[in-house]
Amino acid sequence: MDTMRDRFAPVVTRLLDEDPRVAVVLAEIGADGFAEAARRHPDRVVNVGIREQLMVGAAAGLALTGLRPVVHTFASFLVERPFEQVKLDLGHQDAGAVLVSAAASFDWPAGGYTHMAPGDVALLDTLDGWTVHVPGHPDEAETLLRHAIAAGDDKVYVRLSVQSNQQGLPVDGERFRTVREGRSGVVVAVGPLLDAVLAATEGLDVTVLYATTVRPFDGAALRRATETAGTDVVLVEPYLAGTSTAAANDALADVPHRVLGLGVGRRELRRYGQIEEHAAAHGLDARSLRERIGSFLGAATAA
Amino acid sequence: MSMTTTTRTYTYADLPELMGLMTGDEKHGPAATSTLDVLWVLYDRVLRVGPERLTDPERDRFLLSKGHGPMAYYAVLAAKGFLPVEWLPGFGSYDSPLGHHPDRTLVPGAEIGSGSLGHGLPIAVGTALGLRAQGLHEPRVWTLIGDAELDEGSNHEAIAFAGPAGLERLHTVVVDNSSASYARPGGIAARFEAAGWSALTVDGRDHEALHAAFTAPHPGRPHVVVARVEPKSA
Repeated sequence: MDTMRDRFAPVVTRLLDEDPRVAVVLAEIGADGFAEAARRHPDRVVNVGIREQLMVGAAAGLALTGLRPVVHTFASFLVERPFEQVKLDLGHQDAGAVLVSAAASFDWPAGGYTHMAPGDVALLDTLDGWTVHVPGHPDEAETLLRHAIAAGDDKVYVRLSVQSNQQGLPVDGERFRTVREGRSGVVVAVGPLLDAVLAATEGLDVTVLYATTVRPFDGAALRRATETAGTDVVLVEPYLAGTSTAAANDALADVPHRVLGLGVGRRELRRYGQIEEHAAAHGLDARSLRERIGSFLGAATAA
Repeated sequence: MSMTTTTRTYTYADLPELMGLMTGDEKHGPAATSTLDVLWVLYDRVLRVGPERLTDPERDRFLLSKGHGPMAYYAVLAAKGFLPVEWLPGFGSYDSPLGHHPDRTLVPGAEIGSGSLGHGLPIAVGTALGLRAQGLHEPRVWTLIGDAELDEGSNHEAIAFAGPAGLERLHTVVVDNSSASYARPGGIAARFEAAGWSALTVDGRDHEALHAAFTAPHPGRPHVVVARVEPKSA
């Protein structure tokens, strides 16, 4: 199967052809994929070299002239390194952009911690007005990229990963999707963790919601799900554990409820190896998830 | 009786009075005046901007990057009719659009908000790229930065890119009041020149010299004017 990132350059290249507002800003990473697009649109495909502060600042300048910049590199160099540019050059200047990241939390474990960005979504949560898409399949990534670029002058973050579910599902860029219904708990699976969550909750009497757009957080869908499945909620996120716990609590503020936030741990593992090994180390493989979800929800969930 | 408002024409000589309407920013006083002559010459004789064309795609863009001490900037914007003189006394107050660092969403004519150093030049690079990509080849893009602001590495990302990229419509004016703790004589222009910029260094209080430097041709290259003024510590 191809990856989400394999779809990125072709999709955006087509949009460059179709929409004169679209521009791409890169900092070397990913530039090869845009070689042909750069020949066709030399002024709208900009590679600024290995300069991430300039990449985001220049994107803001493009936006201020009326263009729709699409900015791409690894998450650690897109959100973390130039964070003040994201905060000020986009947010404070009231300029929109689409930030498209790759490498996610641990897509390249052998690359080590410098190329891991489990905190990207939590960082964006400190800012106002960001839409955050976390596709779980290349088909979903393609849909959400188009949705993000078409979203006027909104500030949108699209988090691409080599981790993927086997099957893509229809996504609308807004709402959570109910993929399983039960009566004894709600599990929200974000993006590429859906397959692991479905395997982990096999035979449990729980509702599983699938989230590919996590900001704004679809509190209404969570609330509806709790009406039949009760107010025990587990969030399973492919980035920092607990990132959406506050959003879930806010959605259920006026009813007694419990929330368990599962995701990537803060502790630096200082390990290389494979994605599966890191998923297991963070308790995000199906077996660990089943233990943790089952223990939280209790024996009553057994079907 | 006609209700037309009489529009007073302000000159350079009126700027101290306009600045005097703003109080409460003593800390940034000297920095505020270091930019006064540069701002006046740009707005009076160089920039093709005006309150009637705030959204005109063909207007020049002036990005004040050195947002500290914006009194001279507000005074010039008021003198040129971008904002009412009546706003000036409220400078820095809760209900005023005029803060100690400007906010582009509040100040008519301000192309960017600034305060944190090192943001204007990278945004100016993107603005020049964006105008070029839309076939808008007439507007010029200007940004004003301070000599100590050049400490920020983000500027060097922009300088090193803009020269080789041949961003001819991009202009930077560095107001040099010797406020950087670590500097070498001639170092500012040299760094721009090394990146392929056209560079001129002039007396930042001499209006004719500033005008000549601001309007000097620089085909195929971005242009920097280093405007030297009295040292901040003097």
